[in-house]
Amino acid sequence: MNTHAKPSKLLKGATGDWEIVVGMEIHAQVNSRSKLFSGASTEFGGEQNGHVSLVDAAMPGMLPVINRECVAQAIRTGLGLNAQINLRSVFDRKNYFYPDLPQGYQISQYKSPIVGEGEVIVDVTPTEQITVGIERLHLEQDAGKSLHDQSPTDSFVDLNRSGVALMEIVSKPDLRSADEARAYVTKLRTILRYLGTCDGDMEKGNLRADVNVSVRKPGGPLGTRCEIKNVNSIRFIGQAVEVEARRQIGIIEDGGKINQETRLFDPGKGETRSMRSKEEAHDYRYFPDPDLLPLEFTQTYVDELAAKLPELPDEKKARFMRDYGLPGYDAGVLVMERASADYYEAVAKGRDAKAAANWVINELFGRLNKEGKDIETSPVSSAQLGGIVDLITEGVISGKIAKDLFEIVWTEGGDPRAIVDTRGMKQVTDTGAIEAAVDAIIAANPDKVAQAQAKPTMLGWFVGQVMKQTGGKANPQSVNELLKSKLGI
Amino acid sequence: MTQPIDLTLAEARDALRDRKLSAVELTQSYIGAIDKARALNCFVTETPDRALDMAKASDARIASGSAGPLEGVPLGIKDLYATEGVHTQACSHILDGFKPRYESTVTSQLWSDGAVMLGKLNMDEFAMGSSNETSYYGPVASPWMPPNWSEDKARAALASDKRGLLVPGGSSGGSAAAVAARLCLGATATDTGGSIRQPAAFTGTVGIKPTYGRCSRWGIVAFASSLDQAGPIARTVRDSAIMLRSMAGHDAKDTTSVDTPVPDYEKAVGASIKGKKIGIPKEYRIDGMPAEIDALWKQGIEWLKAAGAEIVDISLPHTKTALPAYYIVAPAEASSNLARYDGVRYGLRVPGKDIADMYQKTRAEGFGREVRRRIMIGTYVLSAGYYDAYYVRAQKIRTLIKRDFETVYAQGVDAILTPATPSAAFGIGEKGSADPVEMYLNDVFTVTVNMAGLPGLAVPAGLSSDGLPLGLQLIGRPFEEETLFSLAEVIEQAAGRIKLPQVWW
Repeated sequence: MNTHAKPSKLLKGATGDWEIVVGMEIHAQVNSRSKLFSGASTEFGGEQNGHVSLVDAAMPGMLPVINRECVAQAIRTGLGLNAQINLRSVFDRKNYFYPDLPQGYQISQYKSPIVGEGEVIVDVTPTEQITVGIERLHLEQDAGKSLHDQSPTDSFVDLNRSGVALMEIVSKPDLRSADEARAYVTKLRTILRYLGTCDGDMEKGNLRADVNVSVRKPGGPLGTRCEIKNVNSIRFIGQAVEVEARRQIGIIEDGGKINQETRLFDPGKGETRSMRSKEEAHDYRYFPDPDLLPLEFTQTYVDELAAKLPELPDEKKARFMRDYGLPGYDAGVLVMERASADYYEAVAKGRDAKAAANWVINELFGRLNKEGKDIETSPVSSAQLGGIVDLITEGVISGKIAKDLFEIVWTEGGDPRAIVDTRGMKQVTDTGAIEAAVDAIIAANPDKVAQAQAKPTMLGWFVGQVMKQTGGKANPQSVNELLKSKLGI
Repeated sequence: MTQPIDLTLAEARDALRDRKLSAVELTQSYIGAIDKARALNCFVTETPDRALDMAKASDARIASGSAGPLEGVPLGIKDLYATEGVHTQACSHILDGFKPRYESTVTSQLWSDGAVMLGKLNMDEFAMGSSNETSYYGPVASPWMPPNWSEDKARAALASDKRGLLVPGGSSGGSAAAVAARLCLGATATDTGGSIRQPAAFTGTVGIKPTYGRCSRWGIVAFASSLDQAGPIARTVRDSAIMLRSMAGHDAKDTTSVDTPVPDYEKAVGASIKGKKIGIPKEYRIDGMPAEIDALWKQGIEWLKAAGAEIVDISLPHTKTALPAYYIVAPAEASSNLARYDGVRYGLRVPGKDIADMYQKTRAEGFGREVRRRIMIGTYVLSAGYYDAYYVRAQKIRTLIKRDFETVYAQGVDAILTPATPSAAFGIGEKGSADPVEMYLNDVFTVTVNMAGLPGLAVPAGLSSDGLPLGLQLIGRPFEEETLFSLAEVIEQAAGRIKLPQVWW
């Protein structure tokens, strides 16, 4: 695995270079309609305490019943992480008191998780790829939410999230920089979204990370780590790694020691601060949940799920490079989201694949980004964009006109070919018309003609004039050829 | 003529079916009996109006020919069972005012079979106790009078603090006492370490803890999830068989319940036991066991032998370790199961200066002494550094206990006969106040059965020299409750049905 960082990734300290070591625990909310052990809905944003069953509220005598779909989702995810699927796993109780934890324990998996070791291939830059080890994945219940801002004297609890299924995905400490940490979470999110096992929506808290950071001298023994809890955006994950590593280096270089502790990242102040020390850590008194039998399923069941898995981003990227002849970077960008890749394939079908990639990546993605939209809400459909590419290929419009056309389709919609027809945007290939324009410009500018004949790069000025006169519709190639022959250059 | 409350469940059922008696009439008799027996403290809530409504509906169903197997049969329900809209507090202060919006699976099945609910029965708090003395609602007095007491003396004690009167056993003390005092035809109970069988033995009633997974635990307040099982206490073997059939069954809401058909247990009552191989475990002959218990055991062996059973000596070598292991496993699970009683959502809340203070005050005030003790034991044995030494070892012992039984069953043993308790009932206030272990020893013959998940039945087999009931225990193979009913019927017939105490209260 990724044991030593490249020199370029090391942080400079007063006493020399330092290497960052990062491992991550990602909490991904399982895409399922009901909760891990109850029939209550998992829908986000419902009325407070509107999605709470008797089990979620821990009423006396209530018992958990495992949701099969959540189990299937965990298996799918394990397969997507190239991981060991454990045909027998055990649910344990993690005991602690908190008002948003109605049972007084969280049902989780401790010693025997549903998924064991696996690995993820991560593109850190267009040219650098690393392999990150997965330690395990286990299923567990989410807690409710304490509300402290509803009353001056009391706190309230919303149990809508209580009991929702989470997958905790634990990486090995294989990450060596903030960039690698960001790239890892990005890739993991992509895989989860491809699989449909988690929507990856970090704003809703459906994907959040506990980031373990330590520093060491390159090649030295591992340092003491601190865990930064609940970081909820990819950008913040990078920042948290960076500032925490700097903090630790500062302490060690000043002769201090790192205390193993849990910390919180404050994005406003750009710093981490202590939440609780190792001594204050809970004794969770894990033990197997006696309400639940061990979770067992057959290899046949796993095989059935594996057979129905969608094409995953790594395979898709390889196929795009192979079948469409795309460079790795373009293929990587296109497969980041399954919907984008599908969009691209719809545009590329029966067309010039590279031109299609350029249009999707440069024009469409650029514009979507600028407007804060995603591919699902794109105002330009794949059929429309394909239509624009067709018009260019057929020589009906120039690349420059195509950009104007894209703008019209984006804002007004409509069939690109029809727009070109009705608005007279067709490229003029009629040599007669172009010739007339060329002749007129040559006649009106004898001085420029002389200059051009002395200095052939002046041709550009003439091209510009002709295009202006023809409203940009003249076929640039014809203009060039005509000018050259008339000017005799 | 026999009074309606003197009929057994089977007799009453038949009389109702034959319309010799109406459900309303029978229910009224019980409401009257309960009214006169309030001082025994068997019921923590009486539901006479509901009972009469249910009885009326039963009479209508009997008239229309759509009667269920328990149509019009008045029952008492242990306070551990959730009953919709009715007091459900596990006899704990911490569940003050709790009335669930749901009905336990077992009681739902009883009502859909036509049974009538008379009210909720007293019990040890959260089913933790062997004498019904840990109830927040005070102890239950057994309807059996202490030896050599006069009725006047007993009534005087009943009117004061009940000291010296006999305990009905526990934790299902209210259930056993109510059945013995003829305040209901049968009662639901639960058994985690002996809580059905020990009180049945103390009160001259029949109690069966079925195989783990036979009855749904859904809607029953949990004590120790891997050990808890529901079961009935009734006056006769036949009555307990009739009740169990209605209580048992698979429930998708309890994943530890087992999907195997429920037989008509009553058919096993009276079936031949010829050729049945009965194991007599030598490890159950413990030091200091009263001679009359040993004599009772020998008598039981003779009765079964006379009915054609084959008696074999067996060994269950890990018996000795069962009690200490049980008192690790059960409190460990309880410490976690009872964490939900935190004052946040229901029941008692004692305000505090912050959340931790509220938790502490609520739980300190809401839980009684014995429950607090077990929560602390359980928390301790699960703590980092102690987990392996206690919890893990206890689980290993549990596996060995299970294996002991599997070994003898593999050798062809059909059932095992043991005493149900090491003594007859003792007095209220007599045991366990200085040393809780003294009380825990009551479970010495019963906990192994819970640890192994097996069915166990306690049947009255005679009286002590003081005239108090004594019981024998039959332990069966998993899901072979029928064998136990057949064997118990032989003992009941041979011993002659115990004459329940006449009303003195």
